[in-house]
Amino acid sequence: MAASSPEGIGLSGWGNYPKVPTDLLAPQTPAGARDQLLARTGVIARGAGRAYGDAAIGAQSTISSRGLNRMRSFDAATAQLTVEAGVTIADILAAFEPRGFFLQVVPGTKFVTVGGAIAADVHGKNHHRDGGFGTIVESFRLALPGGEIVTCSRSENAALFAATLGGMGLTGMILDATLRLLPIETGWLRQDTRVASNLDAAIDQLEGSASTTYSVAWIDCLARGTALGRSLVYLAEHATRRDKDRLGPDLEPFPRPRYQRLSVPELFPGWLLNRASMRAFNELYFRRGAAHQDEQRLVHWDPYFFPLDAIADWNRIYGRRGFVQYQCVIPQGRARPVLAEMLDRVSRRGDASFLAVLKQLGEGGGPMSFPLRGYTLTMDFPVTATLFAFLDQLDALVVEAGGRLYLAKDARQSRTTFESGYPGLAVLRDIRQQTGANTRLASHLSARLGI
Amino acid sequence: MTGTRSILVIGGSSDIGHATALRYAKEGWRVMLAARDFEAARRNADDIGTRSGVETSVQALDVLQTAQLAGFIAALPVLPDSVVCVVGELGDQPRAQTDPELATTIMRTNFEAPSLLLERFAQAFEKRGSGTIVGVSSVAGDRGRASNYYYGAAKAGFSQFLSGLRNRLALAGKVRVITVKPGFVRTKMTAHMKLPAPLTVDPDRVAEDIFRADVTKPRDVIYVARRFQLVMAVICALPEAIFKRMRI
Repeated sequence: MAASSPEGIGLSGWGNYPKVPTDLLAPQTPAGARDQLLARTGVIARGAGRAYGDAAIGAQSTISSRGLNRMRSFDAATAQLTVEAGVTIADILAAFEPRGFFLQVVPGTKFVTVGGAIAADVHGKNHHRDGGFGTIVESFRLALPGGEIVTCSRSENAALFAATLGGMGLTGMILDATLRLLPIETGWLRQDTRVASNLDAAIDQLEGSASTTYSVAWIDCLARGTALGRSLVYLAEHATRRDKDRLGPDLEPFPRPRYQRLSVPELFPGWLLNRASMRAFNELYFRRGAAHQDEQRLVHWDPYFFPLDAIADWNRIYGRRGFVQYQCVIPQGRARPVLAEMLDRVSRRGDASFLAVLKQLGEGGGPMSFPLRGYTLTMDFPVTATLFAFLDQLDALVVEAGGRLYLAKDARQSRTTFESGYPGLAVLRDIRQQTGANTRLASHLSARLGI
Repeated sequence: MTGTRSILVIGGSSDIGHATALRYAKEGWRVMLAARDFEAARRNADDIGTRSGVETSVQALDVLQTAQLAGFIAALPVLPDSVVCVVGELGDQPRAQTDPELATTIMRTNFEAPSLLLERFAQAFEKRGSGTIVGVSSVAGDRGRASNYYYGAAKAGFSQFLSGLRNRLALAGKVRVITVKPGFVRTKMTAHMKLPAPLTVDPDRVAEDIFRADVTKPRDVIYVARRFQLVMAVICALPEAIFKRMRI
């Protein structure tokens, strides 16, 4: 737990870029958090610090929700769980997966807080079918900058509820939330792996499996020419009791979380990440994946949903200058040509992340939610002198196609890119005006983008 | 042992108390929390009950009201199998030097009240013929230092009390006494301090070690982190003529 440091510290997101000074406050109770919010301006709430860029760094002050880490109640009959905002998805799954409950929407890391998941309206591999994190939220209590605490749901303060989904903490500080858990028969996933020889084939696979609950494509960013966009497509369903008895009769039905066994040292040498090592890694990765092609197998929920969580501090592999995770969504109709163009530029540039992730998305849950019906592509780039100019070119493709960038990942997009991507911004601005949040709540992201 | 076992944590609003009770709850133990701050203990009990599914209850208790200790034990829903006392207050050492009332409170909170309370539990456990008493003391009690000697002196007293109690009960062999000496722990109490990372642990670690010493691998005295035992051995071995000039 971070200690309170009203004297100010350098704070960054998961990408280690940018790093900026802010006061960091660590209230230990919801009431304490509300008091801190009331006493500060230029303030934003911060959960686990897993947003990549500057979304959870206050313009002047940052209030950590990590002290708000208590669960409150669970009703097995309705599967409704009430927790404070700093409780993480890892906490929830550790407590409830063994009891036969899961979360219907989980992002790619379990180390995010519930408050952060709501504020970014995070999505999982089933967004095209089941929607974003907001869809499993029954209600939450929000501390407004004036100190008032209001309950928000689809029937109570509905506009505030919707604007807070994806509102990046700019409507108030979430104190606690009630979520609807998903009953599961086992903690295993029944996974099919398909090999797609290029981008078109990958999109065909994803499109053709729209009824599958979970689907995601891992793209080899180093492949070029006719192999551009070659992918492993993973399709999965929660395994039923019968699936488990058939595919893994000796396995326990509800396996415990896996613990982190590896971690990246603080001074990981950046030169280890070069074209040759990445190419070797990708080759291995694809051969291993392809070996499982067209066979069904059971995968433990933890490595299935959270593969990178097994390596603590994996963000350090990009070294001290940090990295940017670039995630855009391109509307359905334009996805094929635009994504092909982006991948081509990325593969020619060469320093891109070795793997990219391609997913289908459905409609967004709130005016500021990132998803729209289409395809989302995610790539990591180490921060270099030429990177931002390059990403500006990718932005131009996104804007031209009517797409947008994910604010939870963003550290550098321009105001014009942002404004053209988020027509719902007017709704958020309106709400902020009504509650007084516009003069009190500000992150480095909101200041940069003029929210 | 038949039926559900139960644990009572005195100081149930604290971070170590919370973590310890949760550790036992994960093994199915019924949890009782006692604290002066009833609401804070309630919040911890709700958390423990929600995470583990076990039954929890909360008792209001101000250990400094020593006349009420007997009544408190009599009113418990059930006499626990294990009682863990994590009551403690670091206090403001410089202020305590000029404020006798504060100095008295520090000494009473860390030594007098926990000792009087645990003596009563010892007797109740003896009568029943079973039970474990866990006292959370501190490495600060191993040698008096300028920076916290009221706290340290009281913890030294508490450690000696636990030692003597263990000695008294060991012959009958029915009631066990465990002394826990945490070093630096990241908690609300230490949130304002800069702690040396290699010697600092999370409350979960203290909880794990307490559970182990009580249930799975019985021990009498434990240091958390383990390497603190070595550090304190060195500090205790320093001749007073040298130690008195040091600032550690």
